[in-house]
Amino acid sequence: MDLSLTAVELGRKIKNKEISVTEATTAYLDSMEAKEQDINAFVTMDREGALARAAKVQKLIDEGKLTGPLAGVPVGIKDNMCVNGMLTTCASKILGNFKPTFTATAVEKLEEAGAVIVGKTNMDEFAMGSTSETSYFGVTKNPWDLERVPGGSSGGSAAAVAAEEIPYALGSDTGGSIRQPAGFCGVTGMKPTYGRVSRYGLIAYGSSLDQIGPLAKDVTDCASILEVICGKDDRDSTSVKESGDDFTSALVDDVKGMKIGIPKDYFGEGLDPEVKENVLAAAKVLADKGAVIEEFDLSLVEYAIPAYYIIASAEASSNLERFDGVKYGYRTGEFADLHNMYKKTRSEGFGAEVKRRIMLGSFVLSSGYFDAYYMKALRTKALIKQAFDKAFEKYDVILGPVAPTTALKLGESLSDPIKMYLGDIYTVSVNLAGLPGISLPCGTDSKGLPVGLQLLGKHFDEKTIIRAAFAFEQTREYKRPEFAAERGNV
Amino acid sequence: MQITDETIDYVGILAKLELSREEKEQAKKDMTNMLEYVGKLNELDTEGVEPMSHTFSVHNVFREDIVTNGDDRENMLKNAPEQKNGAYNVPKTFD
Repeated sequence: MDLSLTAVELGRKIKNKEISVTEATTAYLDSMEAKEQDINAFVTMDREGALARAAKVQKLIDEGKLTGPLAGVPVGIKDNMCVNGMLTTCASKILGNFKPTFTATAVEKLEEAGAVIVGKTNMDEFAMGSTSETSYFGVTKNPWDLERVPGGSSGGSAAAVAAEEIPYALGSDTGGSIRQPAGFCGVTGMKPTYGRVSRYGLIAYGSSLDQIGPLAKDVTDCASILEVICGKDDRDSTSVKESGDDFTSALVDDVKGMKIGIPKDYFGEGLDPEVKENVLAAAKVLADKGAVIEEFDLSLVEYAIPAYYIIASAEASSNLERFDGVKYGYRTGEFADLHNMYKKTRSEGFGAEVKRRIMLGSFVLSSGYFDAYYMKALRTKALIKQAFDKAFEKYDVILGPVAPTTALKLGESLSDPIKMYLGDIYTVSVNLAGLPGISLPCGTDSKGLPVGLQLLGKHFDEKTIIRAAFAFEQTREYKRPEFAAERGNV
Repeated sequence: MQITDETIDYVGILAKLELSREEKEQAKKDMTNMLEYVGKLNELDTEGVEPMSHTFSVHNVFREDIVTNGDDRENMLKNAPEQKNGAYNVPKTFD
């Protein structure tokens, strides 16, 4: 079977009876088995469950009960989304044995559309990191260069799609965790507007910032997946019913007259010249297709990361209080009393980066520092949102890089947390402002590593960035990493 | 701002974390660096700016308080590190 198919292409072949669901599922499971020792994109693989499910889905397709574009297509789910009865670890020791009794809404919607879950993808522990190196279950490697990181925190999802272990995956994005790994691995990833997709069943990190989204080989896949998973959900009161959710209708190769702004402040110091060159070349492509491109000053860019880390850490310290060794997960072996049990469980169960953020979050929320740090960050967030609102009065889309560099070497950013945080400079402000963003490949650097292009849109205007991304994508071929091409098909 | 041992101990209590001596030293260093870095926000004049927790004007979202999920006690207890008589078992909390 041709593993380089997109999810929608595979869905079509299944619909046309060219491939059976079992054949497709087996092919990807075999691909996972062959590649996992090099990539380690998965925490859990479920061959037995997937094959049983494949047979059921095939039956529903044959009966005409499943007709959507993703029916029968295998998928990987980031390991911070609950799937009933399936190990869901958040890549943490503290949830190392946790099997949820319910399924996240986004995953449930995929299942209703006929998805076959083949496994749970690796990530930074509790989604805290930009390299997927903080996982308790080992580092995920980048299929473009096995000595480099896949990005994070949805690094397993991105690497698995690039390595053709799965046709598509779900990820989550709190500060760039879908877009940046998509960029590092040369795939397409989308962070929807905050509220577009229900967060029910997503293990919370920064609740005001978290959003679930797709990672896939192209824009068509992302639009099709988003169309399935979006929508208001009573179980997440921050999810909303908004129009403009017919995303696949925006797959139109036309950007004539589209106003695209390029923030000058995204192209300053710290940006790798090769990334800059590729991203500006992509802007030129869109200009040649009739888009009106203009540079502007977005402002406040350097304040986004400090505001983000205060808010995200504060919310994390509160969200992660629930892991105390009582109701689920790890409990320490020996303890003196209840309080000591809590403390030892958490100290042994959480990794270094998670503890660092819980400590910072607890500090900025503590009495005496709350106003100076937490409230200050929320005020900064308001200003950042205003800056975007102002920009979107003039532009339909904002275009820039996803990250300042291409994929880094393994271990390079672990020693200096602040250096790693700085890599999020072009992504975090989008979460603070609640905007939608898409990341798609736009070239390679001289090391042969993919460069990501980021397009940002107005609230609930995913369709415009889908249209711009689709139009750009029509000008280039999908590039497979040699790793996937060499291993070929199964 | 310089983080003292006392601050780290206090934050450890708030965060319910027990840090080893080395971890404490590291935490002191990390937090000092991080606070110095995020202190950059003080350059910004935010006088009169309302703190924003939610980007849309969504306020209270109400629904009827109706139970829609079934009793799943047995399944939920399967995840408990320790259980007893259909309940979570925890160390003695008072004498």
